Order: sequence, then C-alpha cells, then structure tokens
Amino acid sequence: MVLRADELTTLIRNLTDLGYEVKGPVVRSGAIVPGALSGVEDLPKGVHDEQGPGHYRLAHGDDETLFDWAVGPSGWKSEFFPAHDEQWRARSVDGYVELVETLDERPPLAVLGARPCEVAALAVLDRVFIEGQHCDTRYAQRRENAFVAVVECSSPAATCFCDSMGTGPNIESGFDLALTELDDEGGHRFLARVGSPRALTALEGVVCSSASGYDLSARDAVLDGARDQMVRHLDTDGLAGVLARNLEHPRWAEVAERCLSCGNCTLVCPTCFCSDVRDATDLDGDVIRERTWASCFSIDHSYLHGGAVRPTTQSRYRQWMTHKLSTWWDQFDTTGCVGCGRCIAWCPVGIDITEEASAIERSDGATTVSLSSARSRS
Amino acid sequence: MASAIELDAPRSGLTPVLYRVVARRNETADVVTLWLESLDGSRLSFQSGQFNMLSAIGVGEVAVSISTSPSDPGPLLHTVRDVGAVTHALCSSGVGDVIGVRGPFGTDWGVTGNAAAIDTVIVAGGIGLAPLRGAVEELVAARSDGAGQVFVLVGAREPDQLVFLDDMAKWKKAGAVVLSTVDRSAPGWSGRVGLVTTLLSSAGFDAHHCRVLICGPEIMMRFTARALIELGVDPASIWVSLERNMQCGLGWCGHCQLGPLLLCRDGPVVGYVEANVLMNERER
Amino acid sequence: MITIDELVGAHPFAAGLSDEHLALVAGCAQNVAFDAGAMLCAEGESADTFFLLRRGHVSIEVHQAGRGPIVIETVGSGNAVGWSWLVAPYRWTFDARALEPVGALAIDGACLRAKSFEDPALGFALLSRVTQELLGRLQSTRIRLLDLYGEHRG
Repeated sequence: MVLRADELTTLIRNLTDLGYEVKGPVVRSGAIVPGALSGVEDLPKGVHDEQGPGHYRLAHGDDETLFDWAVGPSGWKSEFFPAHDEQWRARSVDGYVELVETLDERPPLAVLGARPCEVAALAVLDRVFIEGQHCDTRYAQRRENAFVAVVECSSPAATCFCDSMGTGPNIESGFDLALTELDDEGGHRFLARVGSPRALTALEGVVCSSASGYDLSARDAVLDGARDQMVRHLDTDGLAGVLARNLEHPRWAEVAERCLSCGNCTLVCPTCFCSDVRDATDLDGDVIRERTWASCFSIDHSYLHGGAVRPTTQSRYRQWMTHKLSTWWDQFDTTGCVGCGRCIAWCPVGIDITEEASAIERSDGATTVSLSSARSRS
Repeated sequence: MASAIELDAPRSGLTPVLYRVVARRNETADVVTLWLESLDGSRLSFQSGQFNMLSAIGVGEVAVSISTSPSDPGPLLHTVRDVGAVTHALCSSGVGDVIGVRGPFGTDWGVTGNAAAIDTVIVAGGIGLAPLRGAVEELVAARSDGAGQVFVLVGAREPDQLVFLDDMAKWKKAGAVVLSTVDRSAPGWSGRVGLVTTLLSSAGFDAHHCRVLICGPEIMMRFTARALIELGVDPASIWVSLERNMQCGLGWCGHCQLGPLLLCRDGPVVGYVEANVLMNERER
Repeated sequence: MITIDELVGAHPFAAGLSDEHLALVAGCAQNVAFDAGAMLCAEGESADTFFLLRRGHVSIEVHQAGRGPIVIETVGSGNAVGWSWLVAPYRWTFDARALEPVGALAIDGACLRAKSFEDPALGFALLSRVTQELLGRLQSTRIRLLDLYGEHRG
C-alpha cells in the first residue's frame, strides 16, 4: 500500500495509543540520533548526511524527504541492550541476604525509521542473547514486544557496504512494517509492506491507497539506485578463512600504527555486544549488579592472571576485526558485520574495515617464517 | 525466610542461587576449600570439569571449578586461590556466610557415566588438581566396575603447595596410582623433586591406550602434552583446561573469547589438538 | 672480505674442529642478522636450524596468556641457540628473540644431521660441543633453581 508522509503522524499516534513509546531518528547536536517521536514533524526533513573515513556531517536542504540519509552514529542497540543495565539488588539483613531482580519497567518500544542494516544487526544480537545456550529473557521480552517499522535506504553514504553483506538496501523480513520513501512524478509518498498482524492494528485509521505497478517499479528504481551509489565493497567469499590463517600478517602491525585503541568503533557498531558484569555497593548498603557496555579495545578487557592477554593495540585490533569478520561465524554461525560503515565514519583516524580486509585478502599468506626476519649477508 | 527473590519473569541468567558455607579448610597459605549448600535445598546437576560463578555478595564474582563428584550427595566443593578482591573475600568467608552460585557452565572432562576400558591419566599442576578432583573421584569409584586403571600425577612448586593430600591418600588406597613431585624441595620432604613431566615415563600407563586429562598453568599443560606425545600418546586422547577472563558464564559478555571459542560454552575443557593451536597464537 | 669458513672458525663453538669438519659445518652455514625484537624461532616450530651468536643478545623465552613473554635466560656472542635440531621430534622448545641487533651464523641442522650419519666422527664432534654448552646451561639452571638469594625457612 501507499501512504502520504502526513499519515505517519496518524501511525505514530496509533502506536502511542496502543501503549508504545515511539522513537525514531531525530536531529540533535549535528547528528541523526534516536529520539522521541510525536509526529512526522520530528523526523529529519530535508536532512542529508555526508560520511567518509573519520567524517560525518549533516546538510540541510529544502526538499520534503524525511529519510534521504544513511545512518546516524548509533543504531537501536541501546534500546534493547542498554549501556548500563541494573540486574539485581541485594542487601544483608541479620545474616540473611535478600536479593531482588530488577524489572524492566519501560513501556514497549516502537521504532519508526530503523534501517535494514540495523534490523539485520538486531537479528545478529538475537543470535547472541536469545538463540544461544542461555537466553537473556529481559532482552528477549523487549525484542518480542517491540514494534519495528523499517525504512529502506535510498541514499547510502560513502561508508555503506550493506550490499556486500546482504543486509540492504532492501529488506524482506524481520519487521512489522517496511516503508520505502518515493519522491517522483507520483509525489512524495511511502510504499508500505505489512510484516505482522500488529502492523495492521497500528495502521487502523491511516489513510492509504493500494500500490500500483508504477509504485512497485519506483521502489525497485530507488533500491537499484542505492546499490549503484554504494562505493565500498567487502569481498566476503572465503574471508573468514583468510583472516583465520593470517593472524601474523604484517598488515596488523601497520594498522596498529594508526589505531588509537579508542574503542569508538565498538561503541557505534550495532552488533558489538561485549559487557562488563560488576557488583557495587551504594551508600544505603544495597549491592547492585550492573551490566555495562565494554570494549575489546580496553586494556583490561582480556585481563588474566595479573596482565592483559592482549596488551598491544595490534593484538586488540586484530581481535576486533577477526571476531567481526571471522570467528563470529564459529561462535554464532553468522557474520558479525552488517555493512553499516559506522566504524569507518566514526574512527578518528579513518581506519576502513573494508580496506583492511581487502589488504589481507590480496596478500594472503604474507607471514613471517623462521628465517625471514633474518637478513642474509655474505 | 532465609532469602527472597521476587520474580515476575523466569530467573535471569545473572541472578545467583544463594548458598551457605557449611565448612571450610585451609589447603595452603593462600588456597581455601569451601563446602557449600543451597539455602533453598536445591541441588546442582553438573558434570566433572564444569564450573560455577561464585559471588562474594557485594564484591564480585569469579569462575571456580566444581571439585565434587557429580554423584556425591554432600555439599558442593570449591577450592579458591586468593589472588584478588573477590577471591580474597571468598577465601575469608566463614562457616555460615552466604555465597552466590550460578552454574554449572562449560564443557566437562567426559568421564561422567563414561568409564572407559582404557587407562585414564590425570596430570595436575598445583591448584590444577581442583578442577580434576571430581573426575578422579568418579573414575576411582568406577574402577570396581571393570573400568581402566587410574593414574593421578601431581606436580607443585614446593611440598607445602600440594593440595588434597587426604584425597590423594584415599585414592591410592582405592587402587589408583598416585604420584607427586615438587619443583623445589624443602626440609622434611623425601619425595620426588623435578618437573611433573618426569613422572610420566615410569608411571606405568599404556601410552597407546589411554586418555589424559591435564590441568595447570598453560606452560605446564603444553610441556606435559608434548612429553606425552613423545611417549606415544595420541594427541586426540589428550584434554586440557583453558582459561580466559570470565564474567558472565552465559556467552553474553564476550570476555572469555579465545579465537573461535567462547570458553564459558566451548571450554574450559578443550581437546589438545585444537587447544595447542590456540595456545601458540601469541596475544590471541 | 671475510669468508663464511673464517666466521665459523672464529666462533668458540668451532674451536678444535678439524679443517674437514669445519668445512662441512661452514658449508651448512649462512651469515644472518636480526633486528631488535625479531624472533629467531618460536616454540613448536620445526627446528632444523641452530644459531651461533656473533653479536648482540638473545632472550630465550616462553609465553603465557596474560603474562606475556617470560624470559628464561639471555645469551650473547659466543653462545649457541638451539639443540632441538639434534633430538627428535626436532621442534623448538622455547621462543628466542633478539634483544638488540643480532649478528649470527644460521647453521642448517638437518643437513648436519644427515652428514653425521655418514660421518660419525663429525657427529661426535658436534655432540661434544653441544653437550658442553648444555652442561653449562643445566648447571647454572640448577643453581638458579635453588633460589639462593631468597629467604629460607629453617
């Protein structure tokens, strides 16, 4: 079906009436970030983004488009996997211990404006938190109760490579509602595809018409255009194996010269899931167990027996990249990377994961052998 | 009542079951064994080689192997070395103190209900005997059912660093071959002095028909495995216990990664062939 | 221009070797250099080479996760690094790393092993020299194990 932009306000109000907390992309501090939505006016109208290695800028045009940009610095990970998540509280009373689990009392979330790569990232996190040996029931419940309205991409950034990862610019499943923004002779409108019974309920009262063949072709044109615009690519064929057998490749030392080990990439990555589990006591004597986001770039992330297993930037960068593109397959039977390009844009020194991967792929086998570090002279 | 857990949803993986310390014993100057019983009467179902996450309430949590035999009806046995804030709190706990337990987690030694007709050789370095104790108990008990011979070979730095001396004497009496050695002697010690690998060639096991379980510092495990292979042991019959930073035990926090493995799920017990590759990858 | 024969002959390891045996060893030798920090060998790798150090110090180490490389001993010019080339399964037991720029003679041990089977006298000559080096290291290791400088309970 097809609906006009204004009808998005009706959709947002419906979702709010159904009890959801509605969030979507909004402009704040020069970036597109998750924020509360009360109507279509909150969405980034006429906003476009320009991204490159270590570069992110918004430009404001006077067009009517709402989603003519790629991705902001953070996806929707923090809504389902909070950066600080209290697990339980306990207190000692007369030698006994009272322990109370902390409940998730947030209203269910409705996201309007997730990207296909972000939905793919949530599916990756589901592998970790739901489909493993132990299910994170708080995460599972939040995911189950969340309404996801995804908007396909028309304007990928220079950092995007979802096409290579098979995660975009289109999406065919894993959503309640999928929208594609069209802006041509047929007017500014959204092609909508329903993915669940919940979506039908949310669309009650929303004025829409049936999609014509013209609308469907327009969607294809938008998606094809998006694919053509993508300048970055990652050759995933056999990549996991290449990285696994090149742990001593000289490229790791080279990238370590540039890497600051700041962890920005792990902060903006929609699939990074490492956390610290810590117990602390507050002034009232309550013990609080909290789960907080952690990064494999921290020196203490691999702390063992008095030292870090990965004390060098080189070994930590290698850990991050080989996990994302190689060992994630061994651990979760899926890739860890969805091609959103955030790690490229938000790296202060502009390290490009696609460039690093292809550098190693091109010189597969360049390792140091016993005597290759020896220089012969006679 | 003793403890209250208010739940609207199933118990979260990060919420411990509360246990009480019912007995404790100082093994060495910095190693303590704790006997734990649950407050709610529940019993843990586990296999030898697995571990629990023990919480010193208010301080933190650490991974500690379960040292009891799975068929032991008594309290859970955990042996802890005092090396940091949490282990210090656990080692300082007294009878009656409440400790949190989450588990069991990880892979096991493969001996529970799997008494093989071949010899089983246990090689332990220092406190490495603690993760193996349950397996030895099971194997010694199974001995009478026509299973293979059990060999327990233990190495420690000095005589006062040997643990579970009573158990070692008990196993010897039950028919197991029990040998120990120290790296450095001390006054009063009349036993063997030398690396634990020196116990291998004369222990008397059939190198070509045995399985070996090794636990101790990584270097000790690598060298022991190498020595075993030189004696003719099939590398595929050797298992080791690997360690990494462990925080959740559930496969959620990412800390315990060792290459393709999540040690809380794919370890700590790992086959030597796979483990050797990983142990030799520097800073992995 | 110094020849490889002269370089080998100048090394203490070769002291007393007959001209014929010296030529055989030199025939298996290569003059090499390592930058500071470079690895000469790694634990578990195939050990078909051994090194006669001419210049600079090398650290014999073993690695353990979380503790980094642990230095067992450092050796310098005049010493030999590696004897696993003589003993099956011919695999390096430890890591060896150049602590500073190192000049050494890399000797093809596999080649010498083969030649020793044909010429037992050569084999014995090599074995005596390796044994001498080994004895020195074993004795010092044993004394170090005694921890003479530490406190001792009575």
